[in-house]
Amino acid sequence: MWGFSRAQAIAFVVMVALIIVCPWVLYPVFLMKVLCFALFACAFNLMIGYVGLLSFGHAAFFGMGSYIAAWTAKHWGITAEAAILLGGATGAILGLVLGYIAIRRQGLYFAMITLGLAQMVYFFCLQAPFTGGEDGIQQVPRSPLFGVISMQPDMHIYWLVAVVFLLGFLLIHRVVHSPFGQVLKAIRENEPRATSLGYRTDDYKLIAFVLSTFLAGIAGGTKALVFGIATLTDVHYSMSGEVVLMVLLGGLGTIFGPVMGALVLSAMENYLAQFGAWVTVTQGAIFMICVLAFRRGIIGEIGAKLRIQL
Amino acid sequence: MITIFGIPGPLLFGQLLLGLINGAFYAMLSLGLAIIFGMLNIINFAHGALFMMGAFVAWMLLNYLGIGYFPALILAPVIVGIFGLICEKTIISPLYKLDHLYGLLLTFGMALVIEGLFRNAYGSSGMPYRIPDVFQGATDLGFMFLPNYRGWVVIAALIVCLATWAIIEKTFIGARLRAATENAPLVQAFGVNVPRLITLTYGAGVALAAFAGVLAAPIYSVNPNMGSNFIITVFAVVVIGGMGSILGSIVTGFALGVIEGLTKVFYPQGSATVIFLVMVIVLIVRPRGLFGKAA
Amino acid sequence: MQLSRRALVGGAALATIPLIRPRAQGQPGVKIGVLTDMSGTYANTTGMTSVVCTKQALEDFGVSGKGFTAEVIYADHQNKPDIGVSIARRWFDQDGVDVIVDVPTSSVALAVQGVCREKNKVYINSGAASAALTGVDCSPNMVHWTYDTYMLAKSTGGGMVKTGGDSWFFITADYAFGHQLQKDTTAFVTGEKGKVLGSVAYPFPGTTDFSSFLVQAQASRAKVLGLASAGTDTVNQIKQANEFGLTQTMKLAALLMTIGDVHALGLATAHGLNLTESFYWDLNDRTRAFTDRVKGKVAGNWPNMIHAGCYSGTLHYLKTVADMGAAKAKADGRATIARMKAMPVDDDCFGKTTIREDGRHLVPAYLFEVKQPSESKGPWDYYKLVHTTPADEAARPLADGHCPFVHV
Repeated sequence: MWGFSRAQAIAFVVMVALIIVCPWVLYPVFLMKVLCFALFACAFNLMIGYVGLLSFGHAAFFGMGSYIAAWTAKHWGITAEAAILLGGATGAILGLVLGYIAIRRQGLYFAMITLGLAQMVYFFCLQAPFTGGEDGIQQVPRSPLFGVISMQPDMHIYWLVAVVFLLGFLLIHRVVHSPFGQVLKAIRENEPRATSLGYRTDDYKLIAFVLSTFLAGIAGGTKALVFGIATLTDVHYSMSGEVVLMVLLGGLGTIFGPVMGALVLSAMENYLAQFGAWVTVTQGAIFMICVLAFRRGIIGEIGAKLRIQL
Repeated sequence: MITIFGIPGPLLFGQLLLGLINGAFYAMLSLGLAIIFGMLNIINFAHGALFMMGAFVAWMLLNYLGIGYFPALILAPVIVGIFGLICEKTIISPLYKLDHLYGLLLTFGMALVIEGLFRNAYGSSGMPYRIPDVFQGATDLGFMFLPNYRGWVVIAALIVCLATWAIIEKTFIGARLRAATENAPLVQAFGVNVPRLITLTYGAGVALAAFAGVLAAPIYSVNPNMGSNFIITVFAVVVIGGMGSILGSIVTGFALGVIEGLTKVFYPQGSATVIFLVMVIVLIVRPRGLFGKAA
Repeated sequence: MQLSRRALVGGAALATIPLIRPRAQGQPGVKIGVLTDMSGTYANTTGMTSVVCTKQALEDFGVSGKGFTAEVIYADHQNKPDIGVSIARRWFDQDGVDVIVDVPTSSVALAVQGVCREKNKVYINSGAASAALTGVDCSPNMVHWTYDTYMLAKSTGGGMVKTGGDSWFFITADYAFGHQLQKDTTAFVTGEKGKVLGSVAYPFPGTTDFSSFLVQAQASRAKVLGLASAGTDTVNQIKQANEFGLTQTMKLAALLMTIGDVHALGLATAHGLNLTESFYWDLNDRTRAFTDRVKGKVAGNWPNMIHAGCYSGTLHYLKTVADMGAAKAKADGRATIARMKAMPVDDDCFGKTTIREDGRHLVPAYLFEVKQPSESKGPWDYYKLVHTTPADEAARPLADGHCPFVHV
């Protein structure tokens, strides 16, 4: 099914089952946060895991998506699905412009350039009047889905978030397993070779980047509606760092790793919230441990143990 | 009052001076990054945190041991440099055989840990560090008002940058370093202990950051975030300059500081973004950077 | 590195057993959540000392034997509205928190205001400056306990003109809070027949070097330099103003500053500075007694007005709960706030006071000047009183607030 192996299909069914069961047991707002970040992390993983480019500026797309969705929902009163899609479109357009500049360099330079470009977006958001500066866009209404289904109760919007996440997740999976995805892998493994085979590698990279930023924008827009707020946190570079950490912790280039990473990190932040800067210290320490001793990440390790690809 | 382009002279020159000072910090930090990158092939994301550590060590020396500014200018870089050596030996060196991105991620983690620890211990509101008595006060240059300490920062930074350049380009050890950067296995075969050279390079680059930190301590309050405010801009400076040339890093650093200062005069809102804009333009016109070698 | 990978996987998996959904609680007890800045710019101004002062209120009230229990928890909102909102939601939905205390940083304070109202809980704000909290964004679920931009502007602006500082120059943080502060202060300066000679806005955040703005201020030849900013920025400006010798020709007025910042600067740098607080530990016997009880509990930080507000607000809340019964107080935040407004307030920090209809707790504002090093007799002996604005004049007139539920 859709290019899933048997093990992956089982894992996927388990994940869907958990998504359905969990809100009856766990706090739905927390789960929605996890799902938004999981989608964001999956989008990021598309770049690092399948194209081999580390973008250190993905917060720009997540944050701008969140701002635009929040602003349109609040001031134009558009429906939930339209606001989320507009968030995605914003991510894609911004991704096209910034990606066009950034893919001129690779490797470490690509990381530094995306970081710099995202910082520029951050300063723009800080000063542009529509973002509300330090206050952010507050009290964003959870406008009804298709204009009819109320999104006010947590459990209603939960299903919307779950569907958005699953669609995004399947889209990425489909793309990775398409001929287009195979070319991306070829570029990651050996770019000169791919070029010599006649592929315009820059175009492929740019398309992948735009897809990734589109989904990042979707994730940001969804989060803005769930929490009713869009702020500078979403565009700040530490958000870019966080998504890198989620993917690294879950397992670079695995399908389910980003989801696991988003879950673990969000849970950790919840518990550590009262300990101030220890959140930062713990995140840093996890980064270092992952890089030094745990490069396959949680899902990667489990997969290696069971000798399957997850 | 003199006016230039309708801008009061003191304001213009004042901003130029401030630009030079920021430029001095950009130059010292990007220089360290470039040296480390040359030998270790990693981008040291912890550079900003180590810059902050330099300022904090100076502050601690003063407040716990009563050691003043000038000894701290030597001692703090040595202490932070040794810390850097230990980090390189224990956690950075295992990464050399891996993708360079792991080095970036590891040092990013290091930066978070260092900053977080200092924030836990000292809060983030910042500690005062007094300007040494010799540099108290200001000199009226006629066309502008020059605070003595700021003048000293520009001069000290220039001296250190040029000395670093001279060591790398004109001395025997610098020659080894350059050779090892070009072709490490060959230099190793000639009997040079390359791993030790790498460790020392990292220590030296880090010490340079710490030196900048001590210089910065009396200007900015000593606080755990002072490094992260700088480091992203410094990355942009590195991208603009390209990492091929030592002198290039120095020139780019100072020049961008001045550009930033001028922007503050003519269009203050743009001062935060102007360096990134320059980066975009350079990437479009000359992707490898102003002084970068062709890929 | 010898790290058991299984242990790591296991540990990570354990961390994901979070947040079981709330259950109804058996015993009557109120839970007080101090939502504050534990690690950022305001960590000393609010932070742990706010938590300690809130706990001190429980201790002084003596909860045992009053028919209910009380408990204090706290969290760090990192000065980010989104984090503040998500903690507040979790506290209400899950942890059974009944009242949120402190919440510095206006952006976070306003965001939390919405959540408290939606969930009908009690909100005692001590840390935030925005006068909108009792103005256009007012809420029947909140009391603004300690100070606001109006009070700071009136006390510092009006008070300084009265004592001779009649020409002003502003250095303003270029965001809503800074501009509001400048606008309000300007109104009082001109209202007292003073003059504003100019102003300059600096990019916020991210400015660490203020010398060019200071040079401009110096050139204006104003008598008073108004610093419309907060936290580290203000501290940096004062340091640099000293460096440029500004303090010899101008009086510095920090429009939002507390005693902890003065302590951090040191009297050698801060002397001559003017600022407004609604509490000072050395005002009278009662404030000294309060300070003696709390000052050892956080190393190197004595209470300022915000800390005192956390204490005073929590104490009054507990008295109200005892009065109306814990079950009733927990069920309806709006009713609890209404009851708090009806009851007279009395404690060691602010003495006998009242709470106004719009949620403003009415306290006098004191304009202080920071002492010369030679005048200071002991630890934290920093302020001398210059001018007092009485409680009813220190708050913005009800009609000017445009709070929707207040009918004047």
